[in-house]
Amino acid sequence: MRIVIGQGSCGIAAGAEKVRKALLNTNINKDDISITGCIGMCYLEPIVDIYDGDKLTRLVKVSENDAQAIADYVETGDFSKIESLTVSDEDSEFLTKQTRIALRNCGIINPEKIEEYIGADGYKALKKALSMTPEEVIDVVKTSGIGGRGGAGFPTWFKWNAARQSEGDEKYLICNADEGDPGAFMDRAVIESDPHNLIEGMLIGAYAIGAKHAVVYVRAEYPLAIKRLTNAIEQAKAEGIIGSNIFGSDFSCDFMIKAGAGAFVCGEETALIESLEGHRGMPRLKPPFPAQSGFWRKPSNINNVETFANIAWIINNGGEAFAAMGTEGSKGTKVFAVTGKVKRSGLVEIPMGKTLRDVIFDIGGGMKTDKEFKAVQMGGPSGGCIPASLIDTVIDYKALGATGAIMGSGGMVVMDESTCMVGMAKFFLDFTAKESCGKCIHCRIGTKRMLEMLDRITKGEGKEGDIELLEELCYSIKDGALCGLGQTAPNPVLTTIKYFRDEYEAHIKDNKCPAGECSDLIEYRIVEDKCKGCTLCARNCPVDAITGTVKNPHTINTDKCIKCGKCYSSCKFGAIVKE
Amino acid sequence: MNNKIVDLSLIDGVLDKYASVKGSLITILQQTQDIYGYLPKEAIELISEKTGIATSEIMGVGTFYTQFRFEPVGKYLIMLCQGTACHVNSSELILQTIKDELGIDDGETTEDGLFSLKCVACLGCCSLSPVMMINEDTYGSLTPDKTKKILKELREAAQ
Repeated sequence: MRIVIGQGSCGIAAGAEKVRKALLNTNINKDDISITGCIGMCYLEPIVDIYDGDKLTRLVKVSENDAQAIADYVETGDFSKIESLTVSDEDSEFLTKQTRIALRNCGIINPEKIEEYIGADGYKALKKALSMTPEEVIDVVKTSGIGGRGGAGFPTWFKWNAARQSEGDEKYLICNADEGDPGAFMDRAVIESDPHNLIEGMLIGAYAIGAKHAVVYVRAEYPLAIKRLTNAIEQAKAEGIIGSNIFGSDFSCDFMIKAGAGAFVCGEETALIESLEGHRGMPRLKPPFPAQSGFWRKPSNINNVETFANIAWIINNGGEAFAAMGTEGSKGTKVFAVTGKVKRSGLVEIPMGKTLRDVIFDIGGGMKTDKEFKAVQMGGPSGGCIPASLIDTVIDYKALGATGAIMGSGGMVVMDESTCMVGMAKFFLDFTAKESCGKCIHCRIGTKRMLEMLDRITKGEGKEGDIELLEELCYSIKDGALCGLGQTAPNPVLTTIKYFRDEYEAHIKDNKCPAGECSDLIEYRIVEDKCKGCTLCARNCPVDAITGTVKNPHTINTDKCIKCGKCYSSCKFGAIVKE
Repeated sequence: MNNKIVDLSLIDGVLDKYASVKGSLITILQQTQDIYGYLPKEAIELISEKTGIATSEIMGVGTFYTQFRFEPVGKYLIMLCQGTACHVNSSELILQTIKDELGIDDGETTEDGLFSLKCVACLGCCSLSPVMMINEDTYGSLTPDKTKKILKELREAAQ
C-alpha cells in the first residue's frame, strides 16, 4: 500500500506535515509514505490517500492522532478505526463533477519527483512540439482557442505570434506567477502541485516564439511554490530538458526564477517587466507592446501560470479537443478558487459554459451558514459582485463581462446576507488605493477619494448625491488610468451600486446597514427571554458595558458599548442581537 | 530605534554574487533582509556603493514593495491576512483581538520586542480563513479565543 499525504500550502497549514511526521513514526514502511500537492478539497484538509494497487481510500480531516489507526489498517486491514475518516460520497462528488486539464496531475503525482511527472506522460508534448515547426505549434494553440487565464482572456496564439514575428535573436518568455488577487490561489496550487507542467508549457511557448530565456516571476509570499519550482528546474536541467539542444534538437533555453516583493500592480505585464529589471513596478506606456519591446527592451511574451498549465495537454490532445469544450467565445476549462461562505471550498476546474450555480451550489454545496446566498465576487479588485438573481449566468468571458464583473484569474468569493455590499466595495477600494503605484493622477487620487466617500457612508455620514458622485468618479478613473489596475478599480463600486443600490441608500438615508456589518450603524441588544445570565458576555466585554447578575438577564449600556461584537460572538444562547 | 552595530560583512557574499548583475537590486534587497530581518541604513549605503545605484533610488524601490522593512521586527512576526475570503469571514475581529492583546497597531512592535504585527495581502489559504502566519507557521480558522490562545502560548514559549 502507498500512503500519500496532500501537501499544498493549505494542507500544511491545516496540519498535513504533522500527520506525515506522525505516520513516519509508525511501523509503516517509510518508502511507502509520500506526498502529493494540492488535492483541491481545501475544506477537508489534511487529506491522506491510501492506494492499494489502483484502489483509493481517501481519508479526510486527518490529525496526527489518527496515524496509529492508519498504520493498523495498513498492517492488519482493520478498517473500523479509520472508517469515520473516509470521505463521504457527497464530498467525493466535489472532484468527480470537475473536468481537470490544468490541474490534471494536482493531488495525484509527487511534485518533487520528475519521474512521476514523466510517468504521467510528462514532457511528451515538448518532444512532440520540437518535432513540429514553431508556426505549427502556434497554429495548434490557435485552434484550441485558449485565451489568457490571468483574466482578460486575450488569445494566447496572437501574443505568441506577435513575439515570434518580432525581429531579434534575444527574446524572453515570461510567466506571470504574481498571483495578487485576494481570494485566488490556483496558480500557487499549480506550481506547488505540478511544477513540471508549468515548465513544459513554458518551454513549448519559448520554442514557439523563439526565446532562449524563460523567466518565472513569482510572489515572494509563496515560499513553497518557489521551493518546488526551483527543485523541478534543477531536475529538468539534470535530465537535459532545460539547457542546450533540448532532446537533441536545435532548441536551447535557460530558466530563471525571480521573486516578486509584494506589489499588486506587478500583475500588469509592463509593471512586471519593470520589477524584473529591479525597478519600482510602474506600468509603461503601450505601445510598444512587450512583444516588440519588453524585458531589457527585447521582444517578450508574458502569460499566466494557468495558461501555460494547459499547453502540454493541448499539444498532446490537439487544439480541437480543447476547443470542443466550452462556449463559442470561451474555449476549454477554467479553474476557480471557490471560497467565502460556501460549504465546500477549494479548487474547481470546469468547462466554460457551465453556470455560476453549477459551481457554487452543485459542486460547492451551497452556503455553509443558515443564511441565504447573496452574491459572488469574481475577479478580485478588478472584478465585481454578481447578485443572487444572476446565479444562472454562464461562465464565459462575454457573459460575465456583461454583468459588470469579469472572469478574472478565477477567484470566486461567495457571500451570504451577512456581508455588507458597501463594506465590500470599501474593502476593495482600500486595497486598490494602497496598491495604486501612483503614476496616474486619476487612479492615485481618485481611488483615495472614493475610499473616503465609502468610509463616510459606512459610518453613517453619507450625503445625498454621494452615489452619483461615486459613479462620476468611477468613470473618470476608468478613462484616465493607464493600466488595468486603475481602469478596473471602480468595478467593485459600480457593480455594487448597480445591484445593491438600496443598500447604499439605506446607509445614506436611514443610517442603517441592512447586513448588520457596519459597526457604526448597528446596536447590540440582549433579548431578555433568551439570556440565561451565564455572565460570559459581561466577562468578554472590554469596556464593562454589560451589567447583570448570575442567572439573571443582562443588559448592554449602549452609551458605553464600542460595538466590538465580542459579546455577540461569545453568547452560546443566541441571546444577543444586532440591529 | 536600533542602536546595534550592523555587521556589514554578512552581505559580502550577496554583493559579490549580484552587485554587477544588472537588474538584481530587488534580489539583493531580499537577501539582505533575510540576513538582518530588515534593511539597515548602513547596508543600503554599502549596496549603493557596490552597485552604483543611488541610495535615493534604492529607497524608492524599497519603499515601493510591501515586503521591505526599515526597522527590525519582533521575535514573532504576525502576518494577518487581509484577503477577500478572510474579510468575509470576519478577519476584522481577529485584528481587533490582536491589537487588544498586544497593545500594538498594524506595523508596530511590542515594547518587549516579542511581537510585530503586519496586515498583509492575501496569503492564498482562503479555505482556512481567517488566517495568519507567524514566522513560518500558518494558523487557520481563527476565532478571537483561538487567537488569544496562540499568542499566549508563544509568549510562554519565549520565556
